[in-house]
Amino acid sequence: MTKNEKILLGHGSGGKLSHDLIHDLFFRYFNNEFLNKQTDSAVLPVDSGLVSFTTDSFVVDPLFFPGGNIGKLAICGTVNDLAVSGAVPKFISTGFIIEEGLPFKDLEEIVRSMAEEAARAGVIIVTGDTKVVNREKCDKVFINTSGIGILEPRFRHIGTGEGICPGDKIIINGSVGDHGMAVLAARNDLNIRGEIKSDCASLNGLIQKILSATDGVKFMRDPTRGGVATVLSELATGKPYGIMTDEAKIPVNRQVRAFCELLGFDPMYVANEGKVIIVSDPLAAGDILKIMQEDPLGKEASIIGEVSGEYHGKAWMKTGIGGNRILDMLAGEQLPRIC
Amino acid sequence: MKYIDEYRDKKVVLALAEEIRRKSTRPLAFMEVCGGHTMSVQRFGIPSLLPSHIRLLSGPGCPVCVSSRKFIDQAIAYSRLKDVIIATYGDLIRVPGSTSSLDQEKANGANIRVVFSIMDALELAKRSPEKQVIFLGIGFETTAPASATAVLSAYREGIHNFFLYSSHKIMPPAMAALVDEGVRIDGYIAPGHVSTITGTSIYKDISEKFRLGCVISGFEPVDLMESILMLVNQMEEGNPRVEIQYKRAVKPEGNIKAREILDEVFELRDDWWRGLGILPRSGYGIRPYYSAHDSEKMIEVDVEPTREDKGCICGEILKGLKNPKECKLFGTACTPQNPVGACMVSNEGACQAYYRYNR
Repeated sequence: MTKNEKILLGHGSGGKLSHDLIHDLFFRYFNNEFLNKQTDSAVLPVDSGLVSFTTDSFVVDPLFFPGGNIGKLAICGTVNDLAVSGAVPKFISTGFIIEEGLPFKDLEEIVRSMAEEAARAGVIIVTGDTKVVNREKCDKVFINTSGIGILEPRFRHIGTGEGICPGDKIIINGSVGDHGMAVLAARNDLNIRGEIKSDCASLNGLIQKILSATDGVKFMRDPTRGGVATVLSELATGKPYGIMTDEAKIPVNRQVRAFCELLGFDPMYVANEGKVIIVSDPLAAGDILKIMQEDPLGKEASIIGEVSGEYHGKAWMKTGIGGNRILDMLAGEQLPRIC
Repeated sequence: MKYIDEYRDKKVVLALAEEIRRKSTRPLAFMEVCGGHTMSVQRFGIPSLLPSHIRLLSGPGCPVCVSSRKFIDQAIAYSRLKDVIIATYGDLIRVPGSTSSLDQEKANGANIRVVFSIMDALELAKRSPEKQVIFLGIGFETTAPASATAVLSAYREGIHNFFLYSSHKIMPPAMAALVDEGVRIDGYIAPGHVSTITGTSIYKDISEKFRLGCVISGFEPVDLMESILMLVNQMEEGNPRVEIQYKRAVKPEGNIKAREILDEVFELRDDWWRGLGILPRSGYGIRPYYSAHDSEKMIEVDVEPTREDKGCICGEILKGLKNPKECKLFGTACTPQNPVGACMVSNEGACQAYYRYNR
């Protein structure tokens, strides 16, 4: 295909155009022994341990934003879902639903980013599917990725947080709200120019470093939609402990803060795509913090709070001015204020 | 961040809290009129810093909350018309009407666009000459000048397909009506942004007639704590009056240019407020001279009969007579995900602020 071409309905028909698209684009970039066999399903080797399996769909608007694009996001998102469960991500599947008329060069850029991010994260894209729908039946391109990871049985508790108890520390690997505000700023209708970059990144490398150095990790979660506040609130709900965080310890980039102020958003509720919240044994917290701070993805890491024997079932925050307030789950989308 | 960090300085806030505790000898109730204040009070946890005998009540200053259900019903009816685009601030789309909401209508295919400024709606009208673009104008003296400016621009540039559906209101009649109705407060934390336009004179009558403190406050924690201290001092000295805390933004004379534009486009009319009913000369209608851009005059529509919800005490909450936790729907039948009353919908509504920060 030439650079000016667009995706046509025929590219999803299963005929010659589909065949060409798969060979010229997907095989070219995703090239690996499993995919190249061109079987109906990929046959994968699995070591001992448990299989961790996850799926996620990506519909971001705009497709391209500072710090990433929908393709990179689709890999990072699924890799991170596996990694925060304590698993080592291995294999990824990818499904594309493309709106007729999408410029080929956009699709190529997305696929190229996916291949690049998969290589960086050490995962292999082993199977995929492409459908093309009529104009206005989807918004440019939607991507679904599923992922398989291998989980050592000793990390089973990390996804559920079974062993959490008062005194445990809550750690984050850096600033909150970057992704959500970068995407919002990239939308043309806001007419805001800034340098906010999405934090979109695969965290499995950093998480593996931590898990191989310490047994103190009790829980991990990536604070994507709904932000840090929603994760902490969900974690506390129905539990015999509470969570107390300290606003002064929560890193927020200057521009994210300014943009949030402008729109009346609370950065604690804004989406992240390269952050992990770890609840750890207090004795391990210092080591975890150090490992994070020595990694490019955790330079601004901070202990933002702790699990408390009080406030059962609730997440609280000590505000920057010394007051207390509750952190609740996000209801609907955060809407800009009007006056 | 300049103009923010210095007003969120913990040391200053705690020193003000100490001063309030030292000066205040008797129970006092202050009402923050503006939804922006309500949000800040809850977000920063201000009540946890005050002595227990100082109560803060949330007033009728959230534009979405005080708008009538009929306003929403009429907006919904407009949205069902062919070739109409509704442009609105985001808060409004989830407010329940009698049988539907703009959100639901959008899902059913109505052309409803969330804009961040009325100027975006004006641009939309220019770009879509084959459609009629109706902007839902809500808010007080703060947002009304922007609406007036848009109407003037549409008139001057001949943008015939741009309409304003005005539910704009002015603050003082509601502040007076509350006290008239017997709501017991000692002073108002008066709205900062409204006052940048109006100046201080609008509060003079209220303060003198009802012997109420009235401190025009900014929105940051230091602003709010300082305003509360000023109100406490006024009460302790027995000298309630109008004062400006938010001096970096508010001048006693206000913004004369903005008021001229308001006066050019709008005239006062009786208007309906949730919880307060009809208040004389409390709303902004569009003057006949600009009726070509007044949706109420130009676009005919059938509106379903208005049905109010039983059990929702938004009205009493807006008047500060009850607090959200006293509503039997609060947190159960009425949540931000599934709001019954308008106070739960808006970011600035008392119920949502309580739900999010203080449940």
